[in-house]
Amino acid sequence: MRDAFGQPQSAIVFGGTSDIAKATLHQLVAKRLDRVVLVGRSVDALEVEKSQLLSAGCSTVQIVVNNAADPAAAAKAVEEAFAALGQPADLVLMAVGLLGDQAHDDDSAERTAEMFTVNTTWPAAVLAGVRGRLVAQGYGHIVVLSSVAALRTRRANYTYGAGKMGLDGFARGLAASLTGTGVSLQIIRPGFVTTKMTQHLDKAPFSTTAEAVAQVIVDGLSSKKTVIYAPSIVKFVFVILRHLPEVIWRRLPG
Amino acid sequence: MAEMHRSTVAGWGNTARVTGTIVTPTSEAEIEQLLTTAKGGVIARGLGRSYGDPAQVAGGTVASNASLQEFGPIDRSTGLVTLGSGVSIDNLLSVAIPHGFFVPVTPGTRQVTIGGAIASDIHGKNHHVDGSFMNHVESLDLMTPVGLKHVSPTEDPELFWATAGGMGLTGIILRATVKLLKIDSAYVSVDTTRHNNLDEVMAAMIEGDHRYRYSVAWVDCMTSGARLGRGVLTRGDHAPRDVVQGRAGAEEAIPTKPRLSVPFDAPSGLLNRLSITAFNEVWFRKAPKNKIGGIERISTFFHPLDGVANWNRLYGQRGFVQYQFVVTDEQAETIRLAIEKLSSSKVPSFLAVLKRFGPGNLSPISFPTPGWTLALDLPVGPAALPKVLNELDELVSQAGGRIYFAKDSRMSPASVAEMYPGLEAFRSVLHRVDPDGVMVSDLARRLNLRGTLDA
Repeated sequence: MRDAFGQPQSAIVFGGTSDIAKATLHQLVAKRLDRVVLVGRSVDALEVEKSQLLSAGCSTVQIVVNNAADPAAAAKAVEEAFAALGQPADLVLMAVGLLGDQAHDDDSAERTAEMFTVNTTWPAAVLAGVRGRLVAQGYGHIVVLSSVAALRTRRANYTYGAGKMGLDGFARGLAASLTGTGVSLQIIRPGFVTTKMTQHLDKAPFSTTAEAVAQVIVDGLSSKKTVIYAPSIVKFVFVILRHLPEVIWRRLPG
Repeated sequence: MAEMHRSTVAGWGNTARVTGTIVTPTSEAEIEQLLTTAKGGVIARGLGRSYGDPAQVAGGTVASNASLQEFGPIDRSTGLVTLGSGVSIDNLLSVAIPHGFFVPVTPGTRQVTIGGAIASDIHGKNHHVDGSFMNHVESLDLMTPVGLKHVSPTEDPELFWATAGGMGLTGIILRATVKLLKIDSAYVSVDTTRHNNLDEVMAAMIEGDHRYRYSVAWVDCMTSGARLGRGVLTRGDHAPRDVVQGRAGAEEAIPTKPRLSVPFDAPSGLLNRLSITAFNEVWFRKAPKNKIGGIERISTFFHPLDGVANWNRLYGQRGFVQYQFVVTDEQAETIRLAIEKLSSSKVPSFLAVLKRFGPGNLSPISFPTPGWTLALDLPVGPAALPKVLNELDELVSQAGGRIYFAKDSRMSPASVAEMYPGLEAFRSVLHRVDPDGVMVSDLARRLNLRGTLDA
């Protein structure tokens, strides 16, 4: 159960080896988190993360291998994750994402399809399955990692941004659908995060780190806000940016 | 058929609000049926005054005892009375006081039901003399998932004592026979003394508590140095009739309605370090330095907070947590260490309540054990609070002490296993009367009280 400070004891993490997911898990384990299921693509990466969580004090960590590029596998991911946990989940974290290489993939039908599958279709399908499970158990909290890129697409990463836009919109509707069920959902919109996903890129203004985003996620667990920005300043920056005329928007760096 | 609806519920601290089904069964048959049909677990709920999550079960069924209002009569020679579990101490006192009786044990509020008093095995200012609530319960009827049980210290004593402080996990309490205390008037004769630091407060309690039925100290946790833990000690007993002659009759001494009310949540942060420091200062200054034989009404002495309805809303939407622990006399230093930790960590804390416990009872899981107990009110908000409380857990656990479930909303299952050596005995009773785990609360799940999560 979550405690008076909103801290969970059990969690299922989709995209369990992403930098933000890892940082979040380590902060949660330092509080009350004790039982974890990690869902991801690479067994090796999952095993590494599992042993780190166990040595950080988790009593059980289970691994579920599932490829987010395969939307037909989404239902199985949900089923296996809840079975592996073997008890109701206090928290479900959706942290799957693929930034891609926009300039390289501009003309690739295949890569564009994959980007939308990983960033939108698979997560949305999984969240629908998660919704059913959590509503049946009567409680639980979902955190969906979106991005400020979802607010307005940019030349530099429009496929990623459009994918997150789809997921973000889906998650907002999902949050509304959960009213009265006892289940809650929060959307986290980080600004530019310096992670392994972005290490090859130049830093954008107000860039943040996985650690800082994790802190925002953990602190947000005790708040009732549906949408949380990380850092909070990017909310105000984007209030302005998203209404800039297209001609200026297009010329912004990054 | 019992009324049933979906609603959100939370404890008095207004943290961890959850959604579930609320049902108000009106008969034993309905309760029995509920325990066989309800999905997602069942827990009884009285007036919701426990601070955390013992009277809620997210996604399950909360069974209100509001319809279980069987009352008396009071046996005038023995003081015995049989009460439905939904009868509140408020109801009971309004009938009992005019007849010259008082509850054997009362917490700081009258808004507690008999069922809740048993499930938390509540204590009052008289624990050092009279023990906790279950010490005054002669027998009780309990609907367990395996059927109706009549239990007492001689009939299935294991189940009787596991129900004492068992946080409702042994079943739904239907009624109990309680032995009331005879009183001579509706007033209390009170000695109040003010002490400049914790050592003085504790020395005065050690020296003189045995002379009083009731004793409690309010301690300031915002002071430091030579004034660390300064406090006001109030002690007394029911006043003899001749002392209070000419005062209002018994009925007038029990206000039944709160004088003030907090109609909605105050902004979170209203009670902060500054405002609480100021409040504590005023409160200390206004207490008499040394006043012997003051006469107070029962309500003023026992239930000062009942004068303001919904006072918990002063803490705002984020709510607050309570923290109460007990340590033995030999570990009295833990009280000082705890107050020092709060004072130095800058976590704001309202007046703390310090008192001494006498011997515990036979329950494997009830909170009171002999020694010192300190209770703290802490607004949720300061980032350091969860960590400070974890450190207090460690301090208390190392001192062989324990934390009160009725106040808890954030401790860890590992701490419970360390603090309650009777946990396994408690679990084996649960296993007998509830083999399928029907009775469950968020507290029980959070603290793994049933032991279902052990690998």
